[in-house]
Amino acid sequence: MNIFTEGLQSAFQMLRSLDPDVLSITWRTIHVSTVATFISILIGIPIGTILALTRFRGRGVLVSLINFGMGLPPVVVGLATWLMLTRYGPLGMFNLLYTPTAIIMAQAVIASPIVAGFSLAAIQSLNPKMLLQIQALGTTRFQYLMLLLWEARLGILSAVIAGFGGVISEVGASMMVGGNIRGYTRVLTTATVLEVSKGKFELATALSIILLALTFVIVSLLSFLQQRKSAFR
Amino acid sequence: MTAELSITQLKLRRSGREILDIDRFVLDSGEILAVIGPNGAGKSTLLQVLALLLVPDTGIIELNGEMIVNGNRLAARRKLAVVFQESLLLDTTVQKNIEIPLRIRGVGRTEAIRRTREWMARLGITHLSGRRARSLSGGESQRTSIARALAMQPEILLMDEPFSALDYPTRKSLLAELGDILHTTRMTTIFVTHDFSEIPALTRQVAVMFDGRIIKRGNIQDILGETAVSVRSWAPWDEDMEDGRGAG
Ligand SMILES: Nc1ncnc2c1ncn2[C@@H]1O[C@H](COP(=O)(O)OP(=O)(O)OP(=O)(O)O)[C@@H](O)[C@H]1O
Ligand SMILES: [Mg+2]
Repeated sequence: MNIFTEGLQSAFQMLRSLDPDVLSITWRTIHVSTVATFISILIGIPIGTILALTRFRGRGVLVSLINFGMGLPPVVVGLATWLMLTRYGPLGMFNLLYTPTAIIMAQAVIASPIVAGFSLAAIQSLNPKMLLQIQALGTTRFQYLMLLLWEARLGILSAVIAGFGGVISEVGASMMVGGNIRGYTRVLTTATVLEVSKGKFELATALSIILLALTFVIVSLLSFLQQRKSAFR
Repeated sequence: MTAELSITQLKLRRSGREILDIDRFVLDSGEILAVIGPNGAGKSTLLQVLALLLVPDTGIIELNGEMIVNGNRLAARRKLAVVFQESLLLDTTVQKNIEIPLRIRGVGRTEAIRRTREWMARLGITHLSGRRARSLSGGESQRTSIARALAMQPEILLMDEPFSALDYPTRKSLLAELGDILHTTRMTTIFVTHDFSEIPALTRQVAVMFDGRIIKRGNIQDILGETAVSVRSWAPWDEDMEDGRGAG
């Protein structure tokens, strides 16, 4: 209880005094996680849409792979990314290991199957006759997809929220491919782990509280977008 | 604007079963045809094939003598309008539900809004224009769905049990209104129904489907017998509809 209240106090103190270290960690976390989520949207929504609308050999295997990917342990993704980016790995020549870009890559790998899986479910749960009706309106392929995504938009936004939740809370991959370098690749989760290992529980609690508040604000914004009434006007 | 639609040697199988097997079927320009038949006869499937939404396994579909292939299917679809058995409305307002399809078909903004207003008024849903489609009653959404189809000013109108969700007075007034619209525009129309009393209000031409085939086609009197034509036998309480309309 003591630690918690002290953590709360120091969290407010750090925020009020605009502690530059904490601010930069917070900004980096926002930056890395939103970019990773954005990339996973670009990858996941098209994949989910294609899988929902087409039938081809091997589709079932792909769907199980996506579902499997939704539960990928971040540590495993981190290790795989590390192996790709390490000096002698296939992408070694880009020198990306221990950079924010490396964290973004690993997080995008974590979030893409989540976004794809939820988008797939959202589109598949539309009434199949609705799809026929949309075609009957005389839509081009592009117009068809836009109306389809519009009809599935609640589920699609849930996909985005889940993808963001997956990356903002993840620590293993960021630690492994980012290296938790102060002022460069340290994010809220890795900083918290570090402070705990140093026995600085107030600071760790403060960082966690900032992480929670940040997640809450962003998820609330997305939920507001999802739940507002007349988006098509 | 009217058009002719025809199919030749059509076969459609699903799950190893033959669902449609039609040697030759022509919907003449300006014709209004009622399609009847028992559940599972293939009426809805035929309508979807004619609406160019379902590509048959074999067979040729022609619109105004032009064979439909992948390259012209979209352009051809834009000459048709479909009212499905369920009114499948987009999750937006009534007004947008009518306006968006017009914009999709390349109608300009002002014209789309003008037509939307006109057809909402003709179907008595103007007061619902700002309502979300999801909040409508069954009959209100069916009217919206019909307004959407008519606002498109299609050359061919295809309707699958369009009145099934309507109460009797609404059905009666909508049938009368639709009869007027179809006869003034001379819009080619095919509609599926289980309620024979609807037929005389719109047409005298009937096709009977059974087991994927069209087994009879002709005048309502020849097919259903003398009594069927008299609306009195279906709606004995209603005097106005006695004569029906549509010389065919
Ligand atoms: N995708 C499909 N796979 C297998 N069978 C199908 C498929 N689509 C339709 N059928 C079958 O084809 C037959 C014709 O269906 P359709 O919906 O055209 O009948 P209908 O005449 O419209 O019946 P109703 O009066 O009940 O609306 C039915 O037996 C139906 O089960
Ligand atoms: Mg049917």
